[in-house]
Amino acid sequence: MEHPPAKVERKAQGAKKRAVKGPEHKASVGWTHPERVRLVTEACPFYLEAGGSIAPVDVEYETYGKLNAAKDNAILIVHALSGDAHVAGWDAEVNKRGRKWRIRKPGWWDDMVGPGEPLDTERYFLICSNVLGSCYGTTGPIDLDPRTGRPYGLRFPLVTVGDWVRLQALLLDHLGIDRIYAVIGGSLAGQQALEWALAFPDRVENAIILASSARLSPQGLAFNAVARHAILSDPNFNNGDYYGRSAPAEGLAAARMLGHITYLSDEAMYRKFGRRLQGKSAPEFSFGIEFEVESYLAYQGKSFVERFDANSYLYITRAMDYYDAARNWGGGELTAACSRINSRIMVVSFSSDWLYPPKECEELALAICRNGKPVTYVMVPSDYGHDAFLVETEALGDLVRNFLARGRDK
Amino acid sequence: MSKKKKNMEKTRPDRLTEILRLWASRYSQPLERLSADRLIGRIEEFLSEKPGARKKKRKSGRRWDHEVIERIITQGSRVLDLGCGSGELLERLIRQKGIRGQGIEIDPEKVCECVARGVSVFQADLDKGLPGWPDNSFDFVILEKTLQTVHEPVKVLSEMIRVGKWGIVSFPNFGYWHVRLELGLGGKMPVIESLPYPWYATPNIHLCSLEDFMAWAGEARVEIIESHVLSHGEVRPLREDDNLFAEEVLFVVQGNP
Repeated sequence: MEHPPAKVERKAQGAKKRAVKGPEHKASVGWTHPERVRLVTEACPFYLEAGGSIAPVDVEYETYGKLNAAKDNAILIVHALSGDAHVAGWDAEVNKRGRKWRIRKPGWWDDMVGPGEPLDTERYFLICSNVLGSCYGTTGPIDLDPRTGRPYGLRFPLVTVGDWVRLQALLLDHLGIDRIYAVIGGSLAGQQALEWALAFPDRVENAIILASSARLSPQGLAFNAVARHAILSDPNFNNGDYYGRSAPAEGLAAARMLGHITYLSDEAMYRKFGRRLQGKSAPEFSFGIEFEVESYLAYQGKSFVERFDANSYLYITRAMDYYDAARNWGGGELTAACSRINSRIMVVSFSSDWLYPPKECEELALAICRNGKPVTYVMVPSDYGHDAFLVETEALGDLVRNFLARGRDK
Repeated sequence: MSKKKKNMEKTRPDRLTEILRLWASRYSQPLERLSADRLIGRIEEFLSEKPGARKKKRKSGRRWDHEVIERIITQGSRVLDLGCGSGELLERLIRQKGIRGQGIEIDPEKVCECVARGVSVFQADLDKGLPGWPDNSFDFVILEKTLQTVHEPVKVLSEMIRVGKWGIVSFPNFGYWHVRLELGLGGKMPVIESLPYPWYATPNIHLCSLEDFMAWAGEARVEIIESHVLSHGEVRPLREDDNLFAEEVLFVVQGNP
């Protein structure tokens, strides 16, 4: 058995994160400026899938590259649970909006976006908007409820993946884009990409769905339940009315720590931390931080609390729970639902992902296939777990670049 | 070249011919008897040819079965390619025949090559069948030099026939005389043009002869509609004694309802 270890090593190397691109780097989109637009006014509220309506609604978004004259080169990038509209480049307005966590970091998919990158800003006009209910500039629980003049908190209505997509469609209307060349997203954003292909079959030419399926597994529901339990039972939670006071930081940190476990894999944890002790050669026999993995999770929890709102975490995980493409569009039958699809689809799974396991991603691709529609399904071998869709940018980059490049000569 | 070696080369075909005559005469099947003389002729010709001379007969560098498949497949049809590799065939069919193509391939690297060619490809294991794929949802289902590599060849063939109106299957013929000689007289696993791998590195795990396949088709009530063979560099319709002379075969098949 001489070959397998060499292969694993090569794979690990291939997935090694690239050096961060500075704002002057030729493949960086450079300095970015978030935009905000009021898409919904009180005169014409936004009706929600779960019932009720909301107004006004502001949406924060970013764009990169240029829309061509034919307006047929737009790609919508959608973000996942804790993401935002800042996909790439360096936020020029960090201080203005108090987003200091962005000082040292480019956007969340910087390796994929830029001049000459797989999502090539020299060819495509890229758009990403923050989802409804989040805390990065689009209206959410942290914003003032016009009826009370106080932050919404838990009075914010429940939102769904379908709502997000319809709001994104409003943004495209606002930008004067009728049909997008592609929509792309991973994890919860993969479900938005799928929803785009189902809800607006004639507005999407290509859809790329990464590490995602038609619905979350019971195991995924269970993780989300525990995460919300941690937030809801935090003594500072106060039924969601904690703005201007101490936030439910411990609950949110615990939720994030659990999240990070689900984003990694057993193999990835062995490689990243093993059973190594944190900065010591012998255990202290205490309940403090003993192992490297504990230190990592504690850091992730702490840094998340600085940048995310606990109420938003509740709303977004709930939207993730409820999403069920088969129920929404096919009376419970996924194959029937997928008969609506007119777009060229690529589904990509990652071998060690246990949040959206390959089997479930494959099931989605199969449902499209069963309708006699062309579909590409790829399982990328990776031991990075669910995180792979953000980390394996080399393998994924080639797939995305090639799939998009050949999208027009079908 | 020494005199001794030259003599050996001269006598070798004659001795071999004798052995073969004996060997062929021990078989009672009419097909084998019928072709014993032709076989011996072929072998003599083969042994007297310079190495590599035989290869020159087919000019085009393209795979013969691809050319046949391109002739068979009709404009604008729905085509599923099982084990589509890097998608070359589908790409050509999409371009030249305007087909609606879908590939299935297990190897992740080849799957990525398909994506680069703009071929829709589903990464899956054929041995698991095509669960839930509707009957007759494709006009043609291609199983091109893949049959011998799967664990469940009969399952794969049945699925091919189920989801397609027509199946196109090609495979190396293990009954080919050269294969028989390598193994029967040489005592070694054959390594020839159509079976180029050494025993320890071959993907071929379910090899069959043309006769084997026809016997299966008869039992499974699968109708063979069209047959082509590659024989000594020539592509031509199937002949009676091709279990000996065909290097590779291609059938268009249809299930009997």
